Amino acid sequence: MANVFTRMGDWVNERAPNMMPAYRKHMTEYYAPKNFNLWYYFGSLAIVVLINQIVTGIFLTMNYNPSAAGAFDSVQYIMRDVEWGWLIRYMHSTGASLFFVVVFLHMFRGIMYGSYKKPRELVWLLGMLIFLVLMAEAFMGYVLPWGNMSFWGAKVIISLFGTIPVIGKTLVEWIMGDFLPADATLNRFFALHVIALPLVLLLLVVLHIAALHEVGSNNPDGVEIKKGPKGNRWDATKPTDGIPFHPYYTVKDLVGVGFFLLIAAFIIFFAPTFGGWFLEPDNSIMANNLVTPAEIKPVWYFTPFYAIVRMIPSFLGSAVWGVLAMFGSIAVLFLFPWLDRGKVKSIRYRGLGYKVGLAIFVLAFIGLGAVGAGITAKVIPEWFGNVDLTTWENAFGRLMTIIYFGFFVFLWAYTHFGWEKTKPVPDRVTMHD
Amino acid sequence: MTKLMKRIIPSIALVLGLLVGSLPAHAEGPELLSSGAGVRDQASLQRGARLFFDYCVGCHSLKYMRYSRIAEDLDLSEQDVMQNLDFTGARFDDPVISHMPAESAKTWFGKDPPDLSLEVSARGDDWVYSYLNSFYLDPGSQVGWNNTVLPNAAMPFPLSELQGLQTAVMKPGSTTEVEKLVLTHPGTMTPAQYQQATRDLTSFLEYVSEPAALQRHHYGIWVLLFLVLFCLLAYMLKKEYWKDVH
Repeated sequence: MANVFTRMGDWVNERAPNMMPAYRKHMTEYYAPKNFNLWYYFGSLAIVVLINQIVTGIFLTMNYNPSAAGAFDSVQYIMRDVEWGWLIRYMHSTGASLFFVVVFLHMFRGIMYGSYKKPRELVWLLGMLIFLVLMAEAFMGYVLPWGNMSFWGAKVIISLFGTIPVIGKTLVEWIMGDFLPADATLNRFFALHVIALPLVLLLLVVLHIAALHEVGSNNPDGVEIKKGPKGNRWDATKPTDGIPFHPYYTVKDLVGVGFFLLIAAFIIFFAPTFGGWFLEPDNSIMANNLVTPAEIKPVWYFTPFYAIVRMIPSFLGSAVWGVLAMFGSIAVLFLFPWLDRGKVKSIRYRGLGYKVGLAIFVLAFIGLGAVGAGITAKVIPEWFGNVDLTTWENAFGRLMTIIYFGFFVFLWAYTHFGWEKTKPVPDRVTMHD
Repeated sequence: MTKLMKRIIPSIALVLGLLVGSLPAHAEGPELLSSGAGVRDQASLQRGARLFFDYCVGCHSLKYMRYSRIAEDLDLSEQDVMQNLDFTGARFDDPVISHMPAESAKTWFGKDPPDLSLEVSARGDDWVYSYLNSFYLDPGSQVGWNNTVLPNAAMPFPLSELQGLQTAVMKPGSTTEVEKLVLTHPGTMTPAQYQQATRDLTSFLEYVSEPAALQRHHYGIWVLLFLVLFCLLAYMLKKEYWKDVH
C-alpha cells in the first residue's frame, strides 16, 4: 500500500517538480520563532474562520433567494425547513462576528510587537487591505437577510457617500441602483458578497502569507531570528531560534483552534444572537421603508468607525468631514510603519510613553465603539441623571475621536524626536512558558 | 503552557463577561415584567400552543410554522394537532395561516393583525409576556381596550375571560399616565394561573420564533463535550511534539 502512495507521489513530483519545494518552503522548512505566545493564534484562527465562512456561505447560497420579495422568507426557510440550515446559518453569522474579533486581536498583536516595522511593511499593508475588503464583505453580507436593520443600516451607510460634494447624490443612486436600498441593491450586494469580494479576499490572504514567508515571522521579543545564530537540529544554515512551522506550530495552532471552536460552538448552540449583538432583534422584522427602527446602529464591529462619522460636526455647509474622518481613521492604520519610527519593535522593550499611549488608544477605540453602539446614550442618563445627552455624548465621543487620531500624532513625535527611552533588546528570543 | 492557560481562561471570561454584562436592554419604554418563559419545558409549550390556537389564531398567523412541525417538536400526534389545534381545515403540512379576511381586519381594527412567527425574536419574550398582562379597560379607545406596554394598541383583549378586567389607576394629576393596573372583575383564572398561562403562551411563541432552539439545546452539549475532548487531545499532542523545544 505504502508503495502505491510513494509511486503516486513520484508520479506527481515528476510532473510538478516545484510542488514539494513549495510545501517545504511554507510548512516543514518555514522556520518560525519558537517563542510565539497566545497572541500568535489569531492568524491561523482567521484562516479557520475564513474557510468556515466560505463553506457555510456556499450552503447558504443554495437556499437563499436574493430578491427583496424573497430574501427574508428564504432565511426563515433556511432556519426551519432546510436540513441543518439553522446550524449552517448560525455558523455563518457567528463566524462573521468572530472574524472581526480574531482580526482585531491579530491587528493589535501586530501593533503591540511592531510586526509592521521593516522588513514587514508589505505584510502589514496587505493585511490592512484584507481588513478593508473584509469590512465591505461584512457590510454587504449584513444586508442580505433583508431585515429592517439590514435595510436601514444599508440606507444610512450608503447615504454617507451622499455627503461628497457635487457627485454625492448620483453616487448614492449608482451604488444602490435605485432611490432606496431595493431589489437591485440586494442583487448586486449578493453578487459582490458571494463571489467578487471573496475572490479578492482569498488572493490578498495568499499574498499576505507569501509576503510574510519571504521575510519571516516577527515574535513577542521583536528579535530578528534571521540575524541571530545559525544552525538548528534540522538545518545548519537556518536560524537557531526557529522551529519548523509544521509540525510544531500546526499542532500548537490545533490547540488554539480547539479552544476557539469551543467558544464558537458555545455561542452557536446556546447564544446565537449573543444578546442582540450578533443578530439584532430588528432584523426579525422584514425590511420596511415606512417603519424606522427605534435606533439605527451598525453591527458591533463597525461601531467605532460609525461613531467617528457621528461625532464630527458638519461645517462649511457640508457633512463630508465626518465621512472623511471615518475613512481617515482606517487610512491612518495603513501608515503605522511610517508613523512609528521607533527602532525597537516589541512593546516589551519600548518606552513607557508608548505603552501608556497604546493603552489609551485601545480605550478610545472601545469608547468610540460604545458611542456607536448607543451604549453611552443609555449609560449617560443612568449615571449622570437628567443632563443634556447630546452635549455629553458629543463631548465624550469627540474626546475619544481626538485621542484616536492624537495617538498617531503622538506616536510619530515620540519616535521622531527621540523622546522614547527604550530598554535593551536581548540578542536572542526569550521563552516564558 | 500552564501559565498560558492561566492567562487564556481569565481573558476569555473577562471578554465574555464584559460583552454580556453590557448587553443593551431592549429599547426604551415601560418597565417590562420578567417573563420566565423558555422552550425547555415541553408541557408548558403544549399548554401555550393550546392557548394560541384557542385564542389567537382567529386573527394572527404563524406563516413560517407548519402544523406538522409543531406536532413533531411538541411530541403531539397528527391526530392531536388536527383535532385540537387545526381549526382552519388546513392540511397537516401547511403553515398556520389565520382565516381572518384581510379587508375585514382593516375595517375592524384599522390594520392587519401582525403575523406572530417572529414576534418574540423581534420584541423579546419579556415584552410579549408584559403585553399580555397589561391590558386595561379604556372606554375612550376604539376597541374598548388599551395597553400600557403598547399604548393605543389596535387589539381588543381576547384573554379577558381568563384574566378578568383590569382598570387603570392614573398618576395623580394626569389623565393619560397610568400608575398601576387593578383587577376589578376576576376572570376564570386566578392571577397566578393567568400569569402561568401567559408564560406558557410566551414560551410557545418563543419556540415558534426559533424552532431550531430545541435542536440547538439537544446537540449543543454533545458538541461542546466533543470539543473539550478534542482540546485535550490536541493539547497532549502539542506537549508531546514540543518536548524538545527549549
